[in-house]
Amino acid sequence: MAAPHSTRLNIHLQGWLLALPAVVLLATFTHIPAVETVIDSFFSTPHGKRAAAYIGLDQYRTMLADPVFWLAFRNNLLYALITVPLAIGLALLMALCVNGGLKGRAALRLAFFTPTILPMVAAANIWLFFYTPDYGLLNQIIRVFGVGSVNWLGNPATALGALMAVTVWKEAGFFMIFYLAALQQVPPVLYEAARMENASRWLVFRRITWPLLMPTTLFVAINALINAFRVVDQVIAMTGGGPNNATALLLFYIFQVAFSFWDSGYAAALSTVLLSTLAAIAFLQFFLLDRRIHYR
Amino acid sequence: MRRAVPIAERWTRFISTAAVWLFALAWALPLLYAIWAAFHPSAFATHFDLASPLTLENFARAWTAAPFARYFLNTILLVLGIMAAQFVICTLAAFALARFAFFGSQILFALILVQLMVTPDVLILENYLTLKKMGLIDTLTGVGLPYVASAFGIFLLRQTFKSIPKELDDAARMEGASTAQTIWRVYLPLARPVYVAYGLVSVSYHWNNFLWPLIVTNSVETRPLTVGLQVFASVDQGIDWSVISAAALMTSAPLMIAFLLFHRAFIQSFLRAGIR
Repeated sequence: MAAPHSTRLNIHLQGWLLALPAVVLLATFTHIPAVETVIDSFFSTPHGKRAAAYIGLDQYRTMLADPVFWLAFRNNLLYALITVPLAIGLALLMALCVNGGLKGRAALRLAFFTPTILPMVAAANIWLFFYTPDYGLLNQIIRVFGVGSVNWLGNPATALGALMAVTVWKEAGFFMIFYLAALQQVPPVLYEAARMENASRWLVFRRITWPLLMPTTLFVAINALINAFRVVDQVIAMTGGGPNNATALLLFYIFQVAFSFWDSGYAAALSTVLLSTLAAIAFLQFFLLDRRIHYR
Repeated sequence: MRRAVPIAERWTRFISTAAVWLFALAWALPLLYAIWAAFHPSAFATHFDLASPLTLENFARAWTAAPFARYFLNTILLVLGIMAAQFVICTLAAFALARFAFFGSQILFALILVQLMVTPDVLILENYLTLKKMGLIDTLTGVGLPYVASAFGIFLLRQTFKSIPKELDDAARMEGASTAQTIWRVYLPLARPVYVAYGLVSVSYHWNNFLWPLIVTNSVETRPLTVGLQVFASVDQGIDWSVISAAALMTSAPLMIAFLLFHRAFIQSFLRAGIR
C-alpha cells in the first residue's frame, strides 16, 4: 500500500520536528563550537578593544615552539600507552579471578568494582592521602621494606606515574565487567574439549579465551584510549599540572590556557589538536570494528 | 560424588586463592585507608591501632565546615533535571530516527554520534562563551544544558525502539492513536528496562562530573558536590586528612549505597550502556 503524497511529506516533517530539540542542542554545544574552535585557531586572541585578527598559522607556530605543549602532548601519549594496556590487563586478570568458583567471589568483585563508582575528585583526594609523604599508607608500607619516604606527587619523576595509578585504579574494575560478561558467553564445550586434551591453563587461555575475548578487548581499548585523552579531573585535584608541568596533559593545558591565562586563540589551537587526536581515534575505531565484522 | 584431590593440586588451589585475595585487598587499600581515617579521631588517622575509638565526628566537622547540604541539593537537582530532560529529548529524537525514514535521517544520525567522542567538556572554551551569551553562567541549567541532547541516549533508545515490532505501532495507529500516544502507550512500556539502565548511567555520570561544573559555577548556590569537595579540600581545610576523607566518602556515599543495594542492576546497566 503506497502512502499518499501528503503522508510522505508528513513523515519528513514529523521526523524533523521530533528530532528538532536534540538537533538544536547538539548543534549548539557540539558541532558549531567544534567548527568555531578550528576557525578561532587562525585568529589572535582579542584584547579589550582590539578585535581578533586573522593571523594564519601563527598560533600553531607558537605551539610548535612551546615546550609546555610538547610536554603535555608527550605526557598524554605516555599516559595512553601505559594506562590503556595496564587497565586492560588488570581488568582481564580480575575477570578471570572472579569468574571461577572461588570462595567469596561477590566480595572480590566488589573490591574491584567499587572504585568505578566513586567520583574522580573523591578518588583523587583518597589517593592524595594514600600518597602523603612520610605518613601516607604507601610510604608506611615501603618503609617496612626499608625504602625511605618518597614524595610521589611532588617529584617530577614519579608524579605522572602516580596519576596513572589512579586512572588505572578507577578504570580496571569498570572494564572487568565487560570481560566478565564476555567470559560467560564462551561455550563451555570448548573448555571441556581442552580438558579432554589435557591442555595446560596457559594454552587454554591463549588458544580459546583470548581470541574469543578479542572483540571485548578492542571495545575496551578504544574506550580507554578516548578516556586517556580526556583525563583532567585528577590533574586538577591532585597536582595542578605540577611539579614543573610534569603532569600537564592536553585537556588540562587547554583548561589552563583558556581559564587561567585567558588566551582564547591559543586555547582554540590546542583544542584543535585534541579534536584531531579524537578524530584519529574515531577512524581507528572504525577501521578496527570493520575488521572485526570481517572476522565473523 | 567427590573426587579425591591430590595434595599438590590442593596446594596450587590454596595459593592461587590466597593470591587473588591479596590482589583484591591491595586494590581496596586506598579506599580502606580513607575509610579508616574517616571513622577514627584525627590522632589515629595514620596510626593503626585496633583499640582506637570509632567516631562520626569527622563527618560532622566536614558537614559544618562547608555547605555540603546545599551541594547535595544542587547535585540532586542537577542529576534529576538532566535525566528528566534527557528522557524527553532523546526519546523524541530516537523515535524519529527509529521509525521515520525522513529526509537526511542517516546523515543526522552520523552527526549525532560525533558527540560520543567530542563531549561538551572537550570544547570548554567555546561552550563557556556560548553559555555566557545565554546568560546561563553560574546556573544549574547551564551546567546541565550541554548534556541534555545526549548522543549516547539517542543511540541507545533508537536501537531499542528499532527492536520493537512495527506491528504493535501499526495496531495503535489503526485505533487512531497519535504519535505521542503511540510513544507513550507502546514504546515507553516496552523500553522500560533500557530507561532504567540509561537513568542509572546518566545519574552516575553527572553525579561524578567535574570539569564542566567547575568552569560554569562559582557560587555555593550552584556548585555540585564534586566541585564543592574540591573547593573544600583545597582551600578550607588545610591538611586534616580525617575530615577530607570523611568529605570524600560523604560525596560518594549515595551512589555507593545505591550500588551496594542494587549492584546487579548497576552492572547490567553499565553493560547495556557498553557502547559509550
